[in-house]
Amino acid sequence: MSESVISVRDLYTRFGEVWVHQGLNFEVAAGELVALVGGSGSGKTTLLRQMIGLLTPTRGEIRIFGEPLFGGGVARERALRRRFGVLFQHGALFSAFSVFDNIAFPLRELKRFDEGTIHDLVMLKLEMVELLPRHGDLMPAELSGGMVKRVALARALALEPELLLLDEPTSGLDPDRSDAFVRLTRTLGRELGLTVLLVTHDLDTLAALATRVAVLAEHRILAYDSIDKVIRVDHPFIRNFFLSERSSRALQNTHHR
Amino acid sequence: MPGPLIQVEQHPEVGCNVGLSGRWTLAAIADEAATLGRQLAEHGRDEDATWDCLGIEALDSAGAMLLWRAWGRALPELLLARPEHLRIFERIDAADHEPPPAPPPRSLLDPVITVGAAAIGFWRQVVDFVALLGQIVLDCLHLLRLPGDLPRREISANLYKSGVRAMPVTALVGFLIGIVLSYLSALQLRNFGADVFIVNILGMGIIRELGPVLVALLVAGRSGSAMTAQLGVMRVTEEIDALATMGVSRSLRLVFPKVVALAIAMPLLTLWTTAIALVGGMVSAQLQLDISYGFFLQTLPRAVPAANLWIGLAKGLVFGILIALVACHFGLRVRPNTESLSANTTASVVTAITLVIIADAIFAVATRGIGLPRAI
Repeated sequence: MSESVISVRDLYTRFGEVWVHQGLNFEVAAGELVALVGGSGSGKTTLLRQMIGLLTPTRGEIRIFGEPLFGGGVARERALRRRFGVLFQHGALFSAFSVFDNIAFPLRELKRFDEGTIHDLVMLKLEMVELLPRHGDLMPAELSGGMVKRVALARALALEPELLLLDEPTSGLDPDRSDAFVRLTRTLGRELGLTVLLVTHDLDTLAALATRVAVLAEHRILAYDSIDKVIRVDHPFIRNFFLSERSSRALQNTHHR
Repeated sequence: MPGPLIQVEQHPEVGCNVGLSGRWTLAAIADEAATLGRQLAEHGRDEDATWDCLGIEALDSAGAMLLWRAWGRALPELLLARPEHLRIFERIDAADHEPPPAPPPRSLLDPVITVGAAAIGFWRQVVDFVALLGQIVLDCLHLLRLPGDLPRREISANLYKSGVRAMPVTALVGFLIGIVLSYLSALQLRNFGADVFIVNILGMGIIRELGPVLVALLVAGRSGSAMTAQLGVMRVTEEIDALATMGVSRSLRLVFPKVVALAIAMPLLTLWTTAIALVGGMVSAQLQLDISYGFFLQTLPRAVPAANLWIGLAKGLVFGILIALVACHFGLRVRPNTESLSANTTASVVTAITLVIIADAIFAVATRGIGLPRAI
């Protein structure tokens, strides 16, 4: 497939009087692991929400797997949405369901599998995200921050998506947990042949995971390349973001790994 | 894109050869999962079968799980598969756990256990409620020693939210009930020629009974549910824990102001609604029975002794305290999930209304000798 998995063309977004995106263009090719970075309020999460169809842009076009997000009937829209999984920043687990039921939910919604198959598939997903079968009985309120992210990841993977979108996957995790989660995402991404787009401002995550980095600033994609090339771009935001003392330490560490 | 395909070739000497090809992914198999499962299971029991999976173009864990289950949770002895597909089966093997055992059969004691659990649950609720009431009393004692701790802003805010903002809706409902009551009574009274007694009926009924109960029902639905939901969400978002760590008493800051606010607002709302309902009744009486406003207003004090007004206001006070306490009780019981929030909000309103009706019945019995006009 030469077609881009995500393609954003000439996107304009306005909230009231404020322009968030102006003429933004962005493509993600199949099999890539792209990190979208940018300062607070630069519209990263807005862009992500537009890609998954929760917000509509003021102007411009977004295509996922070469298809528009809206139009063409309920069946087509639903089929398209089943081809990508989303990990929300705070997990967005259904608090009234147990972990097991949370992961089983999208499978049950399909109404194609019997309970035995669903049980086996949920156990497999739990194992994939390195959780134990007994964790399935817990309620979301009883989980630690790291476990919430893992369960949310398992749920996002339940329908075998081709594209995975992660919003701040490591926010709220300690460095250890965050490292483990990053490793897990990378392994699963490779093993399942996923295309991954993650929104982050955690440089450790970014340096360890991403094959390419997109920098969102000044209402558009400022730079889009491998991390080594992006940090050489001469722009005040990029200098600030990547070349501060803390950041260069993070990048060095990755090179030593 | 070709869907999943199964081709079976029978070889008399080596057993059958099951060739699988096409896409075995969730999207491709979803529509015919049951049929495929049955077809595969037919051959899954055949131990001599050779499984040729080399033709499979794409395999994900859903597709692999379908095969795995058909094979009886183990790789078949004769299997041809690509290495990347074998890895998926290894993963499934690692994660494979038999489904949990069925729940134990029902015992004869189950009904007893259910009733007992309900009784214990009810008892715990009562204990918690009494503890909350006790805490409010302790808060009052604390405030007597340190009047500076009185949460003035919270009381004022609650008074505005549950008192002032409730005035339009209680007025509307009161006015309409007054009209309806007056209209229906007028139809009956006219038959007996007892037109003038409309004042007695409306006065007694509304001031002593209907006014306070009507307001209590509206406030329980309006402010009681809001208070429960507010406290519940504060529990879910750990705001109550944050308050506790700052050394702020949750009962003094959250529960006490609500109770005080409703204790002040409810008698006032009762007065307001009663007055409006009487106006409604008066208008209707004038239209139906030609009873002039002047006559109505003159007769009212003689028909209804002032004690009834005090009974009505006392009911308002008690109902207000009850509604606020019940709302806070259930709000603090919310566990951090959406289901619990909705269940407790429902329970809060239902319990508050029930308790209000029970308290009203107690009032009716306790005040049966007070405020009744002398027999004519």
